[in-house]
Amino acid sequence: MTTLTLSRALNEGLRKALEDNPKALIMGEDVGKLGGVFRVTDGLQKDFGEARVIDTPLAESGIIGTAIGLALRGYRPICEIQFDGFVFPAFDQIVSQLAKMRYRSLGSVRLPVVVRIPFGGGIGAVEHHSESPESLFAHTPGLRVVACGDAADAYTMIQQAVRSDDPVIFFEPKRRYWDKAEVDVDGGLAAALPMDQSRVLVPGTDVTVLCYGPMVRTCAEAAVAAQDDGRSLEVIDLRSLAPLDTATIFASVRKTGRCIVVHEAVVTGGIGAEIAAQITQECFYSLESPVLRVGAYTTPYPPSRLEEHYLPDLDRILDAVDRTFGY
Amino acid sequence: MTVKDAGRAARPAGRAPAKRSPAGDPGQQADSPELIQLLTPEGERVEHPDYPLEISAEELKSLYRDLVIVRRIDFEAIALQRQGELGIWASLLGQEAAQVGSGRALTPRDMAFPTYREHGVAWCRGLDPMKLLELFRGVSHGGWDPTEHNFHLYTIVIGSQTLHATGYAMGIQRDGAVGEDGEAVIVYFGDGATSQGDVNEAFIWASVNNSPVVFFCQNNQWAISEPLERQSRVPLYQRAHGFGFPGVRVDGNDVLACLAVTRKAMQAAREGQGPTMIEAFTYRMGAHTTTDDPTRYRLSAELEAWKLKDPIERVKQYLIRSQQAEMSFFDEVEAEATRVGARVRAACLEMPDPEPLSMFDDVLTEETRQLAAERAGFAAYLDSFVGEEVAR
Repeated sequence: MTTLTLSRALNEGLRKALEDNPKALIMGEDVGKLGGVFRVTDGLQKDFGEARVIDTPLAESGIIGTAIGLALRGYRPICEIQFDGFVFPAFDQIVSQLAKMRYRSLGSVRLPVVVRIPFGGGIGAVEHHSESPESLFAHTPGLRVVACGDAADAYTMIQQAVRSDDPVIFFEPKRRYWDKAEVDVDGGLAAALPMDQSRVLVPGTDVTVLCYGPMVRTCAEAAVAAQDDGRSLEVIDLRSLAPLDTATIFASVRKTGRCIVVHEAVVTGGIGAEIAAQITQECFYSLESPVLRVGAYTTPYPPSRLEEHYLPDLDRILDAVDRTFGY
Repeated sequence: MTVKDAGRAARPAGRAPAKRSPAGDPGQQADSPELIQLLTPEGERVEHPDYPLEISAEELKSLYRDLVIVRRIDFEAIALQRQGELGIWASLLGQEAAQVGSGRALTPRDMAFPTYREHGVAWCRGLDPMKLLELFRGVSHGGWDPTEHNFHLYTIVIGSQTLHATGYAMGIQRDGAVGEDGEAVIVYFGDGATSQGDVNEAFIWASVNNSPVVFFCQNNQWAISEPLERQSRVPLYQRAHGFGFPGVRVDGNDVLACLAVTRKAMQAAREGQGPTMIEAFTYRMGAHTTTDDPTRYRLSAELEAWKLKDPIERVKQYLIRSQQAEMSFFDEVEAEATRVGARVRAACLEMPDPEPLSMFDDVLTEETRQLAAERAGFAAYLDSFVGEEVAR
């Protein structure tokens, strides 16, 4: 076991992916010499060369569009979108081409493209640097959408994403880049949890708390705090947002009878809304209260001096726990 | 006719002259450019110093055959749409030479990325025309394997494929497949697409990476109802210079010129000299698609003027005048085209609808549990109707 930051764990995972597969490539803005604005690709160009770690022109549609072409040629591009809010120039290539080309070809085309997106707020950034657009991608058939919540998962999940023969939108919790955790860098992928499965992070009995990405740590902290009130939270790191690991979700909700979904994204039309609908349908007779969502309000991301009010935090989660017992 | 005159002649007649300076009019040849031409509209063979072309009678006849057959396939498809057998069809009428000339310039190892109108290129690559009809009938979204004929799937969003082609060309570079025996990519797009961000990004990517890709723009003068003046104030081929690679304008109705120019550009790309933009100056003689009505936005005089520059007739005239073909040859080609047309028609009429459950296929490489449940649910729903009499 090695103690690594989440950023470093991604770096080591990417390094492993480049070593394991000569067709794997990294491409994006400032990913070469600079090592990425969050240093996730630090040192990789030096070790793997400019043909495999490519500093691209500053055009996101171009990054994804050329990655598709490289994938058609047999490569496995790993694209970095510098910030969440910059993915939209590439949205057309992702939604209209990357997600649909396999379907269009009746299965003859494979597009093993990973799109890494640092997402979420809490870092005091200017506009377009704190967004959580994951539900837009989870709503798009033909993509796998995942989010890592800690360094250990970051290390294995990025490698699993590169190995996937499907396009993977890979969300990285940017405010957790510097959080440290124990990572088994020698363990290989055989023992790792599959990318499309959720993990019961904190077992509990009273309320199921579903989360992913930056909210994983917050929810784990909420579970500790809730113990003081005598409440046992079962915290599940969803990890995969498309497809959802509904088996794990339903099993927990059938046990606890209560569920809260926590994410930084706007609640309206979000991942939590989808999960709430599915739980209502499949676990109706187990529910003691409605599924609650804790997330951002239905506004654009506010100026950063307001973000502590906008983003879910420990107290908002505990408030929802209280409310879920009020029915 | 001299080459220079031919260039001027390519300006579409019937268009009101632009009020601004001639240099700013993309339809004009004023500051410029030679329109590369090897066969005049009258069927006279002319030489161009940069594009010498040795071509045998057999090759010439086979080009003629392709031109006639793809026009016939197009004709049949339009008729099938009119009879309700296709949902829509995007006609290539008038653009046969641009497509056959460029398509025949490719080697089997080259890769082609089409729009949705490249039926002539598809023919040259060996794709069964029925695959195209499947798409326009609504039986599939294309559904062919791009590696089978090195002909990528049709792309309907304007210009997206220019980036795919450029990325593919970057892959060729990484495979070390650039050089004497190298590979190259050709990507097709239209005049309207040149306004898209993706096309301009592709130009930048290809240029800074010196990638082996040829940008083949069929300037057919009209993006549905919008004339070229709505897309550009400079001749399109001149855009390439600003991105750092050569651009040439070729008579898009001259199959020999399209062949020679594309061959040269592809060879340069294969050898590592980077991208070229080819503007094939042509005309969309039909509607944008079968749903379109060009009489609402363009004058019939313009169409009449372009009819005089028909891409097929000039080859026929040349073959006759130069005595490279007997009249019986034209009858044979006509008969073959009729056979192909009949086969296309019959196959289209026999084409079954896809199985309902096939809509769940090939979303991801491995079906998710959720999709499997949806598939099973829909199957059960369909089964619930079995044996039930439908009241009308």
